[in-house]
Amino acid sequence: MVFEQKHILGLEELSSDEIRLILDTAESMKEVSERDVKKVPALKGVTVVNLFFEPSTRTRASFEIAEKRLSADVLNFTPTESSVVKGETLLDTARNLEAMGASVIVIRHSMSGAPWLLARELSSSIVNAGDGFHEHPSQALLDLFTVREIKKEISGLKIVIVGDILHSRVARSNIWGFIKLGAEVRVVGPPTMIPRDIEKVDVKVHYNIENALEGVDIVMMLRLQKERQESGLFPSLREYSRFYGLTRERLGLAKADVIVMHPGPINRGVELSSEVADDMHSVILNQVSNGIAVRMAMLYLVASGGGSG
Amino acid sequence: MDSETITRALSRIAHEILERNKGAKELRIIGIRTRGIHIARRLADKIQELEGIKPPLGTLDITLYRDDFRRKTDWPSVQKTEIAFSVEEKNVILVDDVLYTGRTTRAAIDAIMDYGRPDFIQLAVLVDRGGHRELPIQADYVGTRVMTVRTQKVEVLIKELDGRDEVIILQLGSPNEAR
Repeated sequence: MVFEQKHILGLEELSSDEIRLILDTAESMKEVSERDVKKVPALKGVTVVNLFFEPSTRTRASFEIAEKRLSADVLNFTPTESSVVKGETLLDTARNLEAMGASVIVIRHSMSGAPWLLARELSSSIVNAGDGFHEHPSQALLDLFTVREIKKEISGLKIVIVGDILHSRVARSNIWGFIKLGAEVRVVGPPTMIPRDIEKVDVKVHYNIENALEGVDIVMMLRLQKERQESGLFPSLREYSRFYGLTRERLGLAKADVIVMHPGPINRGVELSSEVADDMHSVILNQVSNGIAVRMAMLYLVASGGGSG
Repeated sequence: MDSETITRALSRIAHEILERNKGAKELRIIGIRTRGIHIARRLADKIQELEGIKPPLGTLDITLYRDDFRRKTDWPSVQKTEIAFSVEEKNVILVDDVLYTGRTTRAAIDAIMDYGRPDFIQLAVLVDRGGHRELPIQADYVGTRVMTVRTQKVEVLIKELDGRDEVIILQLGSPNEAR
C-alpha cells in the first residue's frame, strides 16, 4: 500500500488502512532506534521546520529526534524569539519558512484548524503537532502503536478515556483512532467536561468512574489543566481527584491485564495516584519512546508520499 | 534457469563461500528483502549441511537507504530489518536475487555499515545482469550471468513465495518498468 496523503492533519481524515500503514512503518523505525547508529539517510537534504506557537518540551523534542534520525535538516522556530511578536501573521511566517526551503512543516498552534490553513495555502507537507482543542495526531498514533505492541490487536478492545474530554485534543484524536481500528470507546469525566453530542460518534459516556472502568483493557488518563478550575468547570483539585482520580483500588475493576496510559506530563496525586503511575500496568514510558518511532514514520510517509515527489 | 539449475548453482556458491572464507565460523548471512531472504536461507542451510555450522541469518530492508527517494512514487512500504547479531569483525555475505544497476547493493552496504564494521562484505547473487551497472560494484558469487537489454526484466520466482523455482526473462514495453 502507498501512502497517498501529503499531510497528516488529524485522525478524523485518515482511513483505517492509512493508520495501519503508519503503525507498520513505525515498527521498522523502532528498529532504527534500537541500533548503535540510530540514523538512516532517508530524509537527507529535506528541511523540516518545527513551528511551535505553544510551549511544548516533549512533543517538540520527540519530533526533533525523529527528524534527526531520518537525517533531515531541522530548524526550530518558536514565536517568542521571532517576528511573531512583531505582528507577523501565521501565514506570512509559514510562507517565509517555505521560501527558505522548508519542505515539511510541523506545527503546533493554540487555534484549532491552524494546520489546515497552512495545508491549504502552502505547498509544503504539513504535520499537525496539536491544534487547539481539536487534534493531536502524533499522540494518538503513538498511543495506538503502544497498545498494538502490547495487545497485538486493537479491534475488540475496550478503552476508557478519563478526564477533561472537552478541552482535550489527545482525547479527540484517540477517539477517532480507536473507533476506526475497531475498539469500543468510553469516556468518563465531570459533566462540565464532556462535549455535547459526543454519543454521535459511537462513544459511550459515563459520569461515574467505577462503572466506566468495569472490564476495560485500557485506561487512558488525561492531564487535568489546573486553570480549568478558575473557569468553574470543577470545584477543587481534591474533589476532582476523589471523583475521577485513578487509584489502585479503582484499577482493580478493570481487566487483570489492563494497561494505564497518560500523554504526560502527569499531575501525580491528581488524575493519577503515584503508585498507579509507577505500577507495572503503566506504559507511560513506553509511550514516550514509541513516540519517536511513530513520528519518524509520519515524517517519512508525508515526505515520500502523495504529491511531494 | 529451472529448479534444478538453481539448486545446483546455490550449492556451488555455498562451496565457494566456504572455500574463500576458510569455513563457516565467521560467516554472517544477510538477505536483502524480499527474494534475497529466501536465497540467503537456502545458502545457510546448504552451508550447515556441508560444514555442520549454521551461520546466523539476518534480513535487510533497504528502503530507508535508497538514493531515488524523491524520484519514485510507487514506494514499497518500509519493512523491518532484522539483524540479531553483531557484524563487527565478521565476514558478511550479502545475498540478493538479481544484481542489475548496483544501487540496491550500495544501499545495503551503507545499511550494514551502520550496524558495525565487518571485516569483509561479500556479495552473492543468483543472477548477474551484465552491462547495466551504474556503480563500481561486482558480485563475488554468481549463480548465472545473463546479458540483457533494458527493455527486459529478469524475474526470479522462489518456491516459498511463488510456488516454484525459476528464473525467467520477460520482454517489457518500456525500460522504466525494468529492474
